[in-house]
Formats: sequence, C-alpha cells, structure tokens
Amino acid sequence: MSSKTLVEICFHGRGGQGAVTAANLLVAAALEDGNRGVQAFPFFGAERRGAPVRAFARISGEEIHLRSEIYYPDIVIVLDESIMGLVDVLRGLKKEGIVLINSTKKPVDFDFSKKFKVATVDATSIAIKHGILVGGIPVVNTPILGAVPRVLDRVSLSSIQRVIKNKWLGDLADKNVKATQDAYELTEVNF
Amino acid sequence: MIDTGNYIAAKAAVMAKPDVVAAYPITPQTTVVEGIANYLEKGEFTGEYICVESEHSAMSACIGASAMGVRTFTATSSHGLLLMHEMLHWAALARLPIVMCNINRVIGPGWNIWADENDSISQRDTGWIQFYCSSNQEIFDTIIQSYKLAENEKVLLPVMINYNAFILSHTSMPVDIPDQREIDEFLPKFKPKWNLDINNPVTFGNIIGPEYYIKVRKAMQDAHKNAKKLIPEIAREWKKKFGRFHGDLLEKYRCDDAEYILLAMGAIAAESKVAVDEMQRKGLKIGLARIRTFRPFPKESILQLSENADLIVIDRNISVGSEGVLFNEVKAALYHKSDARVNGFITGLGGRDVTYKDIESMCRKTVEGKANECEWYGI
Repeated sequence: MSSKTLVEICFHGRGGQGAVTAANLLVAAALEDGNRGVQAFPFFGAERRGAPVRAFARISGEEIHLRSEIYYPDIVIVLDESIMGLVDVLRGLKKEGIVLINSTKKPVDFDFSKKFKVATVDATSIAIKHGILVGGIPVVNTPILGAVPRVLDRVSLSSIQRVIKNKWLGDLADKNVKATQDAYELTEVNF
Repeated sequence: MIDTGNYIAAKAAVMAKPDVVAAYPITPQTTVVEGIANYLEKGEFTGEYICVESEHSAMSACIGASAMGVRTFTATSSHGLLLMHEMLHWAALARLPIVMCNINRVIGPGWNIWADENDSISQRDTGWIQFYCSSNQEIFDTIIQSYKLAENEKVLLPVMINYNAFILSHTSMPVDIPDQREIDEFLPKFKPKWNLDINNPVTFGNIIGPEYYIKVRKAMQDAHKNAKKLIPEIAREWKKKFGRFHGDLLEKYRCDDAEYILLAMGAIAAESKVAVDEMQRKGLKIGLARIRTFRPFPKESILQLSENADLIVIDRNISVGSEGVLFNEVKAALYHKSDARVNGFITGLGGRDVTYKDIESMCRKTVEGKANECEWYGI
C-alpha cells in the first residue's frame, strides 16, 4: 500500500474494552512510523459499559482534512466476537477489505473469509495470560494492536510497543508490550 | 505530540501562563478543565485554579481577576455559554482581555451533545472577538495568538475560540508544540495599562450618561477595526517564528481563477477542502474561503472574493425566522457593491454528519441552477 494512501479503520467493541484507547495508540504509533496525517476519534455520543461501541482511525502520508465519520473502512477490527451477532461489522467494508477479529476460531471458520481478507487472534486469552484485567475483565485493546502490523504494513510492532511504553510505566507497560508480541506471533491470516 | 482538541486546548492555555483559570465543567468541554487540573497537579500550571458553582460565576471570576490586571482563561460550551451571557457583555464592555474556548454544541431541548454553532452565534453581539478553528493545531496556535491580540492596547477585548463538539474536541490529531521559551518570547507577560489596585483605589464601571455611553460603544467598534489589522499581523509573526499559517481573517484555499467560492466555518470548512479538491479534479472552478474570524467580520475580503466568483455559503446554525447567519452577513457585505449571486445552505445541525460528498452535492445543485436562494440540506 502506498505510503500516501489514506487507510480508514473501524474498531468495534463493548464499552470498557478500550476501543477508543486502541484507536489512539494505533495512530500515535502510525505517526512515529512517518505517517504525517493521522486521526483517532470515538463514535460521537454517550457510551455505556458493555454496550456496543465504535472508534475510528485514519492513517495517511499527508495532512487529513476529513472531519466526517468513516462509512467505507479499509480495515475492521472486532474486539468482541459476540458483537457480530448484534452489529453488521462488515457494513461498508471496501472490496479487498480486511477484518481482524479477537476470536479462538481460524479465519476460514468465518463465511465472509471467501469475500474478505480475515485475520484472527485470541486476544482474550493473551490478556488473561499477561494479567491485563480491569475489575477482573480482560482488556483486549492492547493485545489486538499487536496483530495490526500483520495486516497493515504502515504501522510497525516496534512503534506500537514504544507508544505503550510512553503511555504506561513499569510492569503495566511490560505486560502490555509482551501481549502485543504474543498477538503478533499468534495471528492467523487467510491471505 | 498527538492528542484531542480539548487536551491540546488545555496545553495551550497552560503554556500561555494564565494567572487565573476559573471554569465549570460541561460536556463536551469537560476534558479541557480536566487537562488543566492535571497540569496543576503535576506542578506545570502554577496559576490560581478556581472551581466555581456555575458558568456565570466562572466568567465573573475571570472578570474580577482580569480587572486586577492578570491573564485569565476559561472554557465552556452550549448552555454554559448561554448562562454566561450577561457576563459576556460585561467582559467586553469592561474591555477585559479574557481568552475563552467554547466547544460548539447544540442548545436544548431536545437534549443533544453534538456539534452545532448556535451557541456562539447567539453571542455574536456581545462584543467578543470570535475565532472558529478547523484543526487541533489551529486550536493551539489560535489560543496563544489570541492573548497577544486581546492584550494589545489597541484592542483590549475578550476572545472566544470556537471549535466543534467531538469532531475536534474529542478527535486526536498530531500537533506541533513549540518550546515554552519560544512561546514566552512570542507572548511576553501581560502588562495591563490599568488595573484595580487596593492601594490606589479607583472606580470603574460607574454610571455614565447618554453623552458618554455611545462613546464606549464606538470605542469597542474601533477596537474591532484595529483587531482586523492586527489579526493578520499576529498570524504572520507566528508564521515567521513557527512556520505555520492558518489564514488571515479568512483562509483562502484554491481560490485562483475560481468561478464559485464556498464559504464555511469550523469542521465543515476543513471537510470542504476535500470537496474542493474533488470538484476541481472533475473540472469545476471552485475554491474555498474558510472564515476564521466571525467577529470582526471579514467583510472586505469577502467583497474582494465576490468580484470574480459567485458565492455558496454553508451554515451550521440558523437565526430562526431569518436564515443561516453567515449567509445573512455575507449578503450584507456585498450589498450595493457586488452583483455576485449568493446561495445559502443550512446543514449539520444537532451534530448531523456533513461529508465532502454532501458538500459537493450542495455545490453542484447551486452550479446547476437548481438551488433556492437559501435551503436546508439533509432534512
């Protein structure tokens, strides 16, 4: 993918899983990797813990003037597989689009893997393994970010890890960095 | 650094080194206040932070502090701004250089927290200078520049920096932040020409009769005229020092040889750049004039643009019973001096998303002669 092309990403998750933080961390890493224009924003509204939420990210080599929502994403990232029964996460996904799902399944287990590029990673188990929990609930946002460089060459794993180290300190940073490493290695793709 | 419009505003406010910040939280302004509180806790903000019980009190506290001769900052939104209304007039008539961010949000009922410019547009006649920003970088740069403008003795007026709810306030974008030393060089410590002093008491804001009051208003109007000259000067000084320029009173984008010029403010104006690129690619001669200052109003620049182009105005506000307010003022600026056609659209109210495709549709409808003089889009 050309370094100037605009990449638009939609995150789907549940309130409290950290979709907005994931979008923010991802674009901060993309900026470090030399993408001059980046943007991250939540779905504009009042969000509640547990309810389906969305967050958005744009990555470009040039300054971004767009201020509207993303309707036709290049990549969809699903933090919670159960949401796919409630929300049409594939809505507007471009031809040749990529779907990255937090799931124990393999990409071929999803019907739409015939039509779209699919990647899966068991981010929940990775979060539990590294003790990334808030109130006993696994937080999958940082683990799943480790899978992004496997499907998008515009962001590197090292930048994602550097951004995590800038945001958190000590043990908290370490376990999140290890989780991204695991996710990077364990991601399965059908393309 | 990369951060949301509100956290960038907090950063700029703290780097301007106000002596007093007084604010009351309201969605979607809350993270500005939270950001400043964080800087206070870390010791990076050393001024006085006054937690007040309402926005009316926030503005009153800023008025008191500013009259004592110190730099002040506050931020609000929507109903918070409306609750300040009386004190907004007060601050401007008292000629106090207060700087405030207003995050443009809907007025209720029906209750809604999304982007809409009717809050600040309805404060149009308070005497405040009004900027409308389109990016997080512009928010940062405009806050610092605004202190320099407000505190200039030819101006001495309060400044309101407006930006759209969520679309800017909660969206992360990259921003270049200069060193504190460079900011201090650009914006030296505020030296008031007069101030309240308990050791040298004077009366200010006393009763004045009709023979003088009209002069107070005339002086404010003259100060706005002076601001018209100073805003471009300050913007160019900023460009020289920091290499960034967001325009004078308005920002022209691809206006050379344009047969149509689109006028808009805030987030819609940023999105309009994408629409203009698309339409020019398809051969339509259209440019953009992004309004940065609504007060003072860039009448002369708009008149100049109308010499060779018809105008299309998009408003994210309405003066109910009349029209979109920018549309209204653009037409008034041209009266008897230009025969350019002006078409107006009202859209995006209540946070309705306005995409570059929507903007292109409005422009095409106008160019094809199918648009009414003023119409709604996206109802």
